[in-house]
Amino acid sequence: MTMDGAGVLERTLAEDEVTILDAWIASLRDGTSLRSGRIREAELRTQAKTVLGLLREALAGGGLDADAEGFASIRETLADISRSRAIQGFTPTDTANFVFSLKERVFEALVKTHGTDAQGLAAGTWAASKVLDRLGLQTMEVFLASREEVIGRQGQEIAELSTPVVRLWDGILALPLIGTLDSARTGVVMENLLQAIVDEEAEIAIIDITGVPTVDTLVAQHLLKTVAAARLMGADCIVSGIRPQIAQTMVHLGVELNVVSKATLADAFAVALRRTGRKVVRQQAPAEERR
Amino acid sequence: MTVSKAETLPIRSGGDVVRVRQRVRALAVEIGLGLVDQTKIVTAASELARNTLDYGGGGDVRAEIVQNGARKGLRLTFEDTGPGIADIEQAMTDHYTSGGGLGLGLGGAKRLSNEFHIASTPGMGTRVTIARWK
Repeated sequence: MTMDGAGVLERTLAEDEVTILDAWIASLRDGTSLRSGRIREAELRTQAKTVLGLLREALAGGGLDADAEGFASIRETLADISRSRAIQGFTPTDTANFVFSLKERVFEALVKTHGTDAQGLAAGTWAASKVLDRLGLQTMEVFLASREEVIGRQGQEIAELSTPVVRLWDGILALPLIGTLDSARTGVVMENLLQAIVDEEAEIAIIDITGVPTVDTLVAQHLLKTVAAARLMGADCIVSGIRPQIAQTMVHLGVELNVVSKATLADAFAVALRRTGRKVVRQQAPAEERR
Repeated sequence: MTVSKAETLPIRSGGDVVRVRQRVRALAVEIGLGLVDQTKIVTAASELARNTLDYGGGGDVRAEIVQNGARKGLRLTFEDTGPGIADIEQAMTDHYTSGGGLGLGLGGAKRLSNEFHIASTPGMGTRVTIARWK
């Protein structure tokens, strides 16, 4: 008696569903999935049961092509599981093992039901490998895509968060820059600064580069462009936070920043106050000056 | 002169330029370069890595810790298979740029390094080697 692989596999799954499920959950339990405490056993059991049920249905629908229409629902379920694991912080191995650990259990069941039928066993094993490998890979693809999504979103959030324009005083703005200044970020920085100059009717903008680890010609060029744009809007710029090693490096590079620059933000703020006709004085007698 | 440690990093995207900088900084710290020298070699590496990416269409950098007698140094070799540079003398001139930059990268990298060597064949690619000694 010969049967096609899908038939062998489907029959084995139908006959031995409970045994396979229990063995699968046992191996999942031994894996790190449960021990990490990120998922409860009941949840794991529900997921495993759903996946196994869907797999049987898909196989009954015919074919071994895991990319086919009949496998759509199991693919969706696995994608959901995989996405939630990416968010819960599972390792890629854990996530992949969810599908791959089923393989061993299915092979065991196949040996039990078709131990004497070499042809059927081979066909069933091949079918199980083909389907489960494809599903496992697909799980990983979704897992990685979800992780990339998370990273991409974080990147955007960092870009937005890391370019705040701070109002120090009436007409004086500060723009503390932190991290790498690439073209995309400079665009955000310039836009934020120019808008803030309009909103605050600022006369002076202090660009602080204390948090920029490397100032190369590209960073210098971005700075110069930002300064030139601010100037066109009627605001003067002061560049602050130029550390000694950065100053030396810029001289060797041959970059000339034709702007007022100061070593610290405090110095730059003092200059800005002076230019706007203000002065910071120490309170001589606190009691007398109280308003 | 002996090479005690060598690694190759790819330069294919803007993110790679950042990684090259971080790696070069780590190696510079490892051989005990001072803060100013660290900043110089990192900045030079940043310039050359960006040239490799923007003008060479991407390539690799080989970072080596070299020892010459008692002196330790960091040697970086940037290689691409891009269009190459027809007139190296012109390319080395300050404020000359074939792109949209400041035109200070190559000359600046030379001034920031102790050793600088550039070789280029039009149509074949460019190789720039710099070294900074402790």
